[in-house]
Amino acid sequence: MKKLHIPVEHITLANGLRVAASPDRSAPVVTVGVYYQIGFRLEPHGRSGFAHLFEHMMFQGSENAGKMEHIRLINSSGGLLNGTTHYDITNYFESVPSNALERVLWLEADRMRALKVDDENLRNQRDVVKEEVRVNVMNQPYGGFPWLDLPPVAFRNWPNAHNFYGDFADLDAATLHDVQSFFRTYYAPNNAVLLMVGDLDPAQAFAQAKRYFEDIPPGPPPPRADVTEPPQIEERRGEVEEKFGPLPAIAIGYTLPKRETRDWYAMGIVDRVLHGGRAGRVHRKLVLEDEIAVDADGSADMLDTNGPTQMVSRIFYKPEFTSEQTIAAYDEVIRGVREARIGEDELDPVKVKFRADYYSMLEGGMGSHMPRFGLMHYLACFTLFDGDPNRVNTVLDGFLDVSPAEAQAAAQKILVPTNRAVLIRRPVALEMTP
Amino acid sequence: MTNAPALGPERPVAWPKRTVRTLSNGMQVVLAESRNFPKISAQLFFRRGNAITAKTNPGLAGMTATVVRTGTASRNSRQIEEDLRRMGADLGSHAGADTSAISISGLAEFSQQLLELVADLAQNANFPEDEFERERRQRFEELRVERTTPGFLAGERFRRVLFGEHPYAIVAPSEEQVAAYQREQLAEFYHQNYVPSDALLVIVGDFAASEMLAQVEKIFGGWKAPQSPLPEFPVPPRHSGRKVHLVHLPGSVQTQILLGNMGITRRDADWYRMVLANSIYGGAFHSRLVLNIREQKGYTYSPRSGNNALREYGYFTVNAAVRNDVVAATLTEIFYEMDRMRSVPVKPEELESARNYLTGVFSLGVATQDGVLGQLSTVYLERLPEDYLETYRARIHELTATDVMATARRHFDSKNSEIVVVGDRDQIAEQAALFGDVTEYNAQGMEVTSALR
Repeated sequence: MKKLHIPVEHITLANGLRVAASPDRSAPVVTVGVYYQIGFRLEPHGRSGFAHLFEHMMFQGSENAGKMEHIRLINSSGGLLNGTTHYDITNYFESVPSNALERVLWLEADRMRALKVDDENLRNQRDVVKEEVRVNVMNQPYGGFPWLDLPPVAFRNWPNAHNFYGDFADLDAATLHDVQSFFRTYYAPNNAVLLMVGDLDPAQAFAQAKRYFEDIPPGPPPPRADVTEPPQIEERRGEVEEKFGPLPAIAIGYTLPKRETRDWYAMGIVDRVLHGGRAGRVHRKLVLEDEIAVDADGSADMLDTNGPTQMVSRIFYKPEFTSEQTIAAYDEVIRGVREARIGEDELDPVKVKFRADYYSMLEGGMGSHMPRFGLMHYLACFTLFDGDPNRVNTVLDGFLDVSPAEAQAAAQKILVPTNRAVLIRRPVALEMTP
Repeated sequence: MTNAPALGPERPVAWPKRTVRTLSNGMQVVLAESRNFPKISAQLFFRRGNAITAKTNPGLAGMTATVVRTGTASRNSRQIEEDLRRMGADLGSHAGADTSAISISGLAEFSQQLLELVADLAQNANFPEDEFERERRQRFEELRVERTTPGFLAGERFRRVLFGEHPYAIVAPSEEQVAAYQREQLAEFYHQNYVPSDALLVIVGDFAASEMLAQVEKIFGGWKAPQSPLPEFPVPPRHSGRKVHLVHLPGSVQTQILLGNMGITRRDADWYRMVLANSIYGGAFHSRLVLNIREQKGYTYSPRSGNNALREYGYFTVNAAVRNDVVAATLTEIFYEMDRMRSVPVKPEELESARNYLTGVFSLGVATQDGVLGQLSTVYLERLPEDYLETYRARIHELTATDVMATARRHFDSKNSEIVVVGDRDQIAEQAALFGDVTEYNAQGMEVTSALR
């Protein structure tokens, strides 16, 4: 087995900004990211959707680059850019020809230093975000299933359990004052990490990072929302209407163990035994053997979350079956991994696939025009959550070392009704029939 | 202007070194080394797709591709899936209008077995009855979901009105058509069209090209079968005047707009000019369309325009999902920006900016295995010049404002646009009717009598 080693160097600037670089001179391009440790889990109570709306505002103008100037400067340098909001992080990233690295650093530093936006910008982006929610959720079959549907059923603590895209009333309530105060609270250099990956010399890149970022004043450590969940003592169930799609769907989520524990690694492997496409046990049982489902798969958000999160199975089943029949068949699969050890003959190929997927993510991970996006993404998560970007070279071992006994023990502990939530998405069209 | 740092000197782009051979059976093989990650990606193309069955069995090539991966003479479905997992691999098998393709990516340490699996699927698929029936049922469900998806409904209607009797008009079969497929028809399509004589195999990844070539010869060299000639297709209709096609989706909280006109293929002399014109108009984040209807007016989240090139014809499209009360306002801006491209020369700064965008993004697109695979597949599938990748940037850089305006006049045909709107009739029909006679359809694709006519 050929083992991959990614070169990683990192420093911390005087203002607390962490900086990591990974050189790869094979193509004259770099991918740069700034990750702030603030996500929709941490947005102000009662202000659902604010973290994401705020992410849009970061493209509306900074001290020296007015509205559309940031975007124009990246595009006209031959680059692409975007930003996304997650549970625990918000990221801003660019892929550019490497001769634009310094320009990108200047732009990212400029908007870390000061956001220059007005009411008109806020009104405009509020409208844009509403259309985003309509196109992705309200006007799409299975929109928001299950990433928006399941958390309110699974969790009890508001940071984990609210509507992450935002209720329109909450979006409407956002003011420019909220925007600036959110910026001051969470967008300080000491709450962020800068990543530079690709055609660069680390020493030179660090010098440039210092030049543009080091004099940005640090802020007080931002408050951390308490994201702990009260102990769960019952299975949780919920139901949501499906307005467009013809098939009923079920999402079943099991809350994962704490990051970096042995059980967490073990669940990473159990997830791939259960899911991971047509060879996964859930698909095999529900789609191929019992022919209850039209599609069944799932996944676990592991490396890029840092708080209560779930392994989720998603099942689209035939209307001639009931939700109870579907769940009963699913439960047989779960019993299977709890009651019998997964043989090496199944575990070994699962681990090979796990390794291959990890490499693919490092190389690309965001379409074919953002080289090494995944590497950048993981460097950021390992820095912010684990304090060590070099985890990118060792995290895989933790998963590949999981033994059949560990996998079974984790399954017995985690895959229990009192640790799960079941969400049924029921087509309106079906409710009329008995 | 800002005080942003100037760009440094450009480092030359290292174009992927290619090994190109045609095997004695006619299969063209294109190999490119990319050795940073221990993986390979490969794609095997056959130059026949849904277009050739559109008249008799719409979507048959698609269903054939779907069932191809479910069994061969020596492996059943379960074994194929387990083999894939054992090699850290993902497999895809799809058909578009012009091609059928099998694609695979996995760990380089298994490259020989990965290619053997592709060869097995390409030569020995046996279309198990039960797998076929399962996939057919799945296709029914997919079709039903698609009929509730605004983007699909818009695309389906647009292609129908644009291409008329030409097979590109049909993007998906009906449920009745899927119900009529027979296993023997899939097998027949497969045996006639999954043949090496006109096939293209592109492989990118962590290997030495000379060794890979020997492996490919061994695995695919003995396969012999002739390709049948392409049938002649009817010519698409001429379009004159703006026409509106409203697909009624009751209760829709947003309207999907998709409009456009016949465009060009990649082999057209105007291709580079059209790429540049599209990029300035609505093909990039920093384009006029995005600036206008998103950043200034807030009508929409993700508006874009695009050049869509199929083998025989291309078409130009503009799409935006907008809130229901600004359908007419959005159409006005879309046409205003098209007409501005046709009538006012682009300023030097904007031109320079767009050229840099295209050439930079092009080099980003050859910095991953999948990117290289995609670019090489396009070049060899479309039989573009051998130096397409190497000369692309220079060809874009030499274009002028005159090129852009002349191209927009030829291909941004705003006065003969076909306009599709998908949304709630009661909220948008009057607005849409401002732009042309409205024909109304339901979500099943059937024309219905509209109160407005």
